[in-house]
Amino acid sequence: MKRIAILSVFALLALPVAKLRAQESDRNNHTSAPPAEQATSAGAPMPANADARIKTLEDEVRSLAEQVALLRGELSAVRDAKSPAPLSKDGLLLASTSVQPGSIPVASASATPASPDPAAPAQTVQSMQAQSQTQTQTYGGATSNAKLLNPDVSLIGDFIGTAGHNDVAPGRSLELHESEVGLQAIIDPYARADAFISFGEEGVEVEEAYVTFTSLPAGLLMKVGKMRADFGKVNTIHNHALPYIDRPLATNNLVGGEDGIDDAGISISRFLPAPKNWFMQGTAQVFRGDSSDLYSAQRREDLSVVGHLRAYRDLSESTNLDLGVSYSRGHNDAGTVANNVFFDPDHFLTNLYGVDATLRWKPLRRAIYKNFLFRTELFWSARDQLSTLNAFQTQHAFGTYASAEYRVNRRWTVGGRFDRSGHANNANLTDTGFSAILTYWPSEFSQIRGQYRFGHLALANPGDFSNANELLFQFLFVMGAHGAHPF
Amino acid sequence: MYARHLITRITAFLAALALVLALACPPPTRAAGKVQIMTATSDLAALAQEVGGDKVEAESIARGYQDPHFVDAKPSFLLKLKRADLLIVVGLELEIGWLPPLITQSTNPKIQVGGPGYFDASRFAKILEIPTGQVTRAEGDVHPLGNPHYWLDPENGLRIAKGIAGKLSEMHPGDAAYFSQRYSDFEKRLKEADQKWLAQMAPYSGRKIVTYHRSWPNFAEHFQLNVVGYVEPRPGIPPSPQHTVELIQQMKRDNIRIIVVEPYFDLKTPNAIARETGGQVLVLPPSVGGEKEIKDYFSLFDYDIAKLKQAFDTTK
Repeated sequence: MKRIAILSVFALLALPVAKLRAQESDRNNHTSAPPAEQATSAGAPMPANADARIKTLEDEVRSLAEQVALLRGELSAVRDAKSPAPLSKDGLLLASTSVQPGSIPVASASATPASPDPAAPAQTVQSMQAQSQTQTQTYGGATSNAKLLNPDVSLIGDFIGTAGHNDVAPGRSLELHESEVGLQAIIDPYARADAFISFGEEGVEVEEAYVTFTSLPAGLLMKVGKMRADFGKVNTIHNHALPYIDRPLATNNLVGGEDGIDDAGISISRFLPAPKNWFMQGTAQVFRGDSSDLYSAQRREDLSVVGHLRAYRDLSESTNLDLGVSYSRGHNDAGTVANNVFFDPDHFLTNLYGVDATLRWKPLRRAIYKNFLFRTELFWSARDQLSTLNAFQTQHAFGTYASAEYRVNRRWTVGGRFDRSGHANNANLTDTGFSAILTYWPSEFSQIRGQYRFGHLALANPGDFSNANELLFQFLFVMGAHGAHPF
Repeated sequence: MYARHLITRITAFLAALALVLALACPPPTRAAGKVQIMTATSDLAALAQEVGGDKVEAESIARGYQDPHFVDAKPSFLLKLKRADLLIVVGLELEIGWLPPLITQSTNPKIQVGGPGYFDASRFAKILEIPTGQVTRAEGDVHPLGNPHYWLDPENGLRIAKGIAGKLSEMHPGDAAYFSQRYSDFEKRLKEADQKWLAQMAPYSGRKIVTYHRSWPNFAEHFQLNVVGYVEPRPGIPPSPQHTVELIQQMKRDNIRIIVVEPYFDLKTPNAIARETGGQVLVLPPSVGGEKEIKDYFSLFDYDIAKLKQAFDTTK
């Protein structure tokens, strides 16, 4: 039986091995130009010894084949010894996943050796291998283990409906505003990555995709990629995490609208020494300089920068205060006038200054039923541009919003927001507005929200206004991985 | 020329910032040689303190009377996490809504997931209610890896303590003897206490109770209680009228009188159910620190068992 197996292995392997040897000696003949004769090629010139030569070759091939079979056996033995270790280590996790439909190979492996078919003994070697593998892992288990390494995937659907009238910025009646796919994973022991891809009505956009290096020296935290800039509060928050359906007028007018300052760049932040009981953090970010209609980079050196300083303090176990100042600077597109005539872009900068303050109250014993949040931000935009007479000027526009939300019980939250903001390119035009917001949470993973919005919006002629009365409603739903709640 | 000017300014800005950041922060000072332990919940801090003795300082992020599913990722925790040598988490996705950003932003390489100072206590405990088959959120906020409220079984407490002792010995081999001695002492005391608790609970073996959330499977298993219903229709879903009516019918049918409520849940629905069924609402803290007098792992069981005993006696 054993002999048959060895012979059949030989039969199986002899052909390719012989071929390989032939190629090898062929190559030897070609490459070794000087007649440095080797043992095998030494016999080659003598045709009389052809039979003997074939015989020695056959012997060699046979011994090689045996060696190969031996090595294979050893290899599977090594695999055998190695693979159970990680499995048992992760036993807790895998206990549920290893009960998988992967038992078929075991059955076939145990069946084949029993079959007395001498014509296919080569299979015995293979099935022996298969057996040694199935002893340690099932195929179904292997695939679901591989899935454990997939990133956390989530999708947040954001459906918005709008009724009423707004002559200045009319929105769609119904829209799937965005479907945000989130992919999050730990990359290696030193980094994690987060990507948020937004499928909107007008196309696909990478809202954020960055890697965070968590193990840098000197307490530094570095993010690289495309990200929402750390300018104030509302600029850092994704649409679905906002306490309103829209964004405040001030961010729409002065800080880049819905997308805000969201650009490719590098961010470095660090905790700063602070007075007792205060937490301070400084962040410095450099971006390419393209952020919606706010910044535009005509040249490589038109980078934009953002700096943010945050101070936080727990006033009590349930109350805390969060303060911040921000600065940002970049090139705007005011230097580009009609017909692609460029003025020196160095003259046309936008400087943005921001102050934010947040007061939170959340009693720990009733955290899921009651909480209150008040937030306000103030923006100052200094934008260089050309006046209507093509004279250089800087427009200083201010904008602010103040919002409050109160969780009445586990399912209902009421909120309100006041808005007032100048226009970045014409500080004489000022929009005012307010909103009342009501939110219902069927569960942690879905949200239904209504918002009444009034706007006293400036028209192009100074002194002319248009009143907007709108009712917005929104359905949010979360699929997949349980994302962390923003704080 | 303007371009060069701008680049100079940006470089200067960054350099100045880097300088300020680098110089302004002296390395944090720490209490003389003690292992700084941060834990997700107070029970883990209590266990770590038991085996660590005066060689460690353990502090919990969540308070004992706080719902451990919903904790705010306050920046003040970041300062503590930055100083930590060891972070002990409950795992099984209990803290998934708040801990990951804290870990990422802590700028502490030691406590990153898989780092030398990251310790998942669930790996040492006996886990119940691991869902089989398809898992969907139609079941509410399910934990696909099993019920994370596993610390309410003294045997699990012992297992976790052993794991922590092993981890501490690994981190500080010089103190290994100390930690193992602390552990054996804890084991002895806990086993004694457990005998007492089991004896106290023995008369009520098999009693049926209703709880608000699925926080008690390990406790019920160890002390042979029978949890037959929940005030929540599904984990994480607030009570619904229909489910409440069904629950009341079930309690009347099976003569169930005890409704156990965690201290962080609203008492309105449980009180209504109690009125309907002639039962009793029992606020039982599932964690150390849930009440002022619950200062360690032992007093947690002392308190809960005394309360339960009293309730069982008064509802006969």
